[in-house]
Amino acid sequence: MKRIESTNDFVIKFANINGSGSASANELFARAILRMGVPVAPRNIFPSNIQGLPTWYELRVTEAGWLGRRGGVDMMVAMNPQTWAQDVKEIEPGGYLFYDSTKPIDCGRSDITVIGMPATAICNGTYEDARQRTLFKNILVLGALAELMSVELAAIEQLFAEQYKGKEKLLDGNVRALHAGASFAREHLGQHQVGLKVKRADQVGNRIFVEGNAASALGMVYGGATVCAWYPITPSSSVAEGFQSYCKKLRSTEDGEAKYAIVQAEDEIASVGMILGAGWNGARAFTATSGPGVSLMTEFLGFGYFAEVPFTIINVQRGGPSTGMPTRTQQADLLACAYASHGDTKHVMLFPEDPHECFEFSATALDLADRLQTPVFVMSDLDIGMNQRLCEPFHWDDARRYDRGKVLSAADLEAGKEFARYKDLDGDSIPYRTLPGTHPKLGSYFTRGSTHNAQAVYSEAGSDYMYISDRLQRKFQTAAKIAPQPAVRAAEKPTRLGVIYYGSTAPSMDEALASLAADDIHLDALRMRAFPFPQSVKDFILAHDAVFVVEQNRDGQLRTLLVNELEIDPARLRKVLHFDGTPITARFIAAAITKQVHELAVSPKEVKA
Amino acid sequence: MTYIAKPALHHPTLTKNKVGYTRRDYEGRISTLCAGCGHDSISAAIIQACWELDIAPHRVAKMSGIGCSSKTPDYFLSASHGLNSVHGRMPSCLTGASLANRELLYLGVSGDGDSASIGLGQFAHAMRRGVPMVYIVENNGVYGLTKGQFSPTADKGSQSKKGAMNIDSAVDLVSLALQLGASYVARGFSGDKAQLVPLIKGAMRHGGAAFIDVISPCVAFNNHAGSTRSYDHVREHNQALNRIDFIDLAPEAKAEPGAGELLSLPQADGSLLHLRKLHAAHDPTSRLAAMTTIQTLQQQGELPTGLLYVDAQARNLHQQLKMVPGALNALDEAALCPGGAQLERINAALR
Repeated sequence: MKRIESTNDFVIKFANINGSGSASANELFARAILRMGVPVAPRNIFPSNIQGLPTWYELRVTEAGWLGRRGGVDMMVAMNPQTWAQDVKEIEPGGYLFYDSTKPIDCGRSDITVIGMPATAICNGTYEDARQRTLFKNILVLGALAELMSVELAAIEQLFAEQYKGKEKLLDGNVRALHAGASFAREHLGQHQVGLKVKRADQVGNRIFVEGNAASALGMVYGGATVCAWYPITPSSSVAEGFQSYCKKLRSTEDGEAKYAIVQAEDEIASVGMILGAGWNGARAFTATSGPGVSLMTEFLGFGYFAEVPFTIINVQRGGPSTGMPTRTQQADLLACAYASHGDTKHVMLFPEDPHECFEFSATALDLADRLQTPVFVMSDLDIGMNQRLCEPFHWDDARRYDRGKVLSAADLEAGKEFARYKDLDGDSIPYRTLPGTHPKLGSYFTRGSTHNAQAVYSEAGSDYMYISDRLQRKFQTAAKIAPQPAVRAAEKPTRLGVIYYGSTAPSMDEALASLAADDIHLDALRMRAFPFPQSVKDFILAHDAVFVVEQNRDGQLRTLLVNELEIDPARLRKVLHFDGTPITARFIAAAITKQVHELAVSPKEVKA
Repeated sequence: MTYIAKPALHHPTLTKNKVGYTRRDYEGRISTLCAGCGHDSISAAIIQACWELDIAPHRVAKMSGIGCSSKTPDYFLSASHGLNSVHGRMPSCLTGASLANRELLYLGVSGDGDSASIGLGQFAHAMRRGVPMVYIVENNGVYGLTKGQFSPTADKGSQSKKGAMNIDSAVDLVSLALQLGASYVARGFSGDKAQLVPLIKGAMRHGGAAFIDVISPCVAFNNHAGSTRSYDHVREHNQALNRIDFIDLAPEAKAEPGAGELLSLPQADGSLLHLRKLHAAHDPTSRLAAMTTIQTLQQQGELPTGLLYVDAQARNLHQQLKMVPGALNALDEAALCPGGAQLERINAALR
């Protein structure tokens, strides 16, 4: 049997039981490797459950810096008897199985190295408290793995010191368990059994390691959101919770008074109603939700579009339709969000690729909503939102000013500035608005979802409807110019093939493009960053014979939008679809594109009479 | 409604209030409701209350849902901004607006279909949150805009204009409001302006979640024999629990009132609510007593009106959230953005 031997390039997966306290130990392992200067890319794979069901933490150690999922497992740390058979099967030939051998089990495979550590027995003999036995078992295993894979114990100790600052009892207990695990591995397991090693490198730089939801929350703080109304739903809840937490630290006065308002609403309809009311009244307001929440919000989304009220929705997408897969990832809400509500509606969407852009786009969405006077979606997903990603540090230019859009002040009105709420006065199809309470006599108007004329007066005249409706369509064209533009990357060699992708697919796409290029398949790449699409997207598509559209849903929703909005011949756009709920891998993309490239290269078969 | 547009010109001798407005400055567009609609009487009461309280019209935000009642904010306070939201969802829009700028007076107008059917959830949660607002339900027990279906407040056993019998129990919004934590709960009758105007004034100065259920007969679809929301029926079965006076920023009464006769309640903004109790047994400061009184009278087929409950010390949503004074929508980058240096510290903690 040839063992896998690799330094700084492997996948280790921890199979645990939800609620067992394993998550923090797994994260410590990842962070320790980061502190050694080696990039990592973790993925949580967890059930829609609080305790008891299987959960996995897959960690890619990658000196090359590929941050997508690779696919395959080099070492399985199998701590959950319930999933034993499945976990063992997943290990690559030549790989490793680490398990709790308190009750020895024959794994039935001869092509892998099996390492058993009686972790439960050791803990039962060391700790009297049941909770301690469980928690320290994770640390014990962490110590053993660190020893076997050359992860520096000092790096883990340093993390403990930061985590348990001022809690010396906890700190000492954890350090002791860590060293006990390492000692056991040294004395009983044989360090050379494992060919997967971590070696200090200098590949992390000043990048940060953070979840997209936390980044979105911080972006909302920096972007000036003052009203947040939300209703708990996986995987978006940590956005609002993060906003609360950051605001408490960063937005409170010395007397503890809040320069923000957060309401946990009774449902998603109320949450969007609240931010609509706040947006109408001039506050920057947002909610965070997921697919089922968006479904409930659609009536208000139509109202916001037609009555031209700014607010922002962070949609952390999960598997749909219906309840779908609450704790799995997809990019399957594009059509639902792009055209949410009845009638002719269209909504602006931003597609962040990582936490760095979650931060940036959250703040940008607030500006766009105010500028365009319309709802704006930030289309995150579970893969970005609930997994820590290594990304560029957040940046804020202190000279940056919030774009509050076209809001007339009392002085503007006094000065005789024309005000007609729904009239295009500047040729960009964006009207002016006033805020309630602005002026005693000038500028008041009535906001309604019913058809209105340019002066905001109720109207049932078709001509008034046509004016508003056409202007909204033109406003959408303005949106295409001011929303984040696509990122285009030319292939190393001239090519007639292109690829379009967006959001959380990006890191896997980066790796897949490199892998394809190594196989002499070259593609120009366009990463979509917003909807509506600018002309440059159409130009990109028309400049190629075939364009692959890579996305994580069944129906090719971005492709549908491209065909529909840009009037593209569907034959030009070839689907590459991944929708099992796990994050897309570089291997999958490369294989799917390679197969289609080969098909494209085959001459049509001769038709026999 | 009147079909004759009022002239824009105001007579120069019209009396002005303390903030310089005449009563006509509080009017709105011409109502499109049916002639004799109780809702127009409520609009008139709102106009009078705002004028008498010297509220500058543009400092009111008027918000509504969908239905005949929800059309009415267009018919008063034309200098105010209005929002006619979606069906039953006025409370959430108003909550958000109130959070954005706590310095305005928020007037929510809704109907029985709007609030007691599709909007029952939002009604409930606005009450329990203590959103500072005046929430008026113009309650006619019928869906007028869709021509005569029963609404959830229609009494069991009452008849529709087409003769159908209502078989469902009625939703009693004042009882619900009391149970849910509203701190000012009243019921009025659109045909009794003398009672209604002080009730609205009291609600406007209350500073917490103030709810007024106003029985407002629908002349087109619910003003017939067999209806329990007709003018005749309400007049015959109205049990006025009290008559109130509202005195804005008046000094507190020095003399002790006669036992059970006059109650002066200081409101959140320092104004006084003077309550003359016609029914000595009703204690409007007791939530439990209010609930008992309502249930008892309703069992007798009577419709209790007046100020049913008030908690003058109520804390509202803004206070519970410990929000800074002033409007959130007026805060600028300096107040809201923690700045680049702070972000660098956050970055450092994430490495």
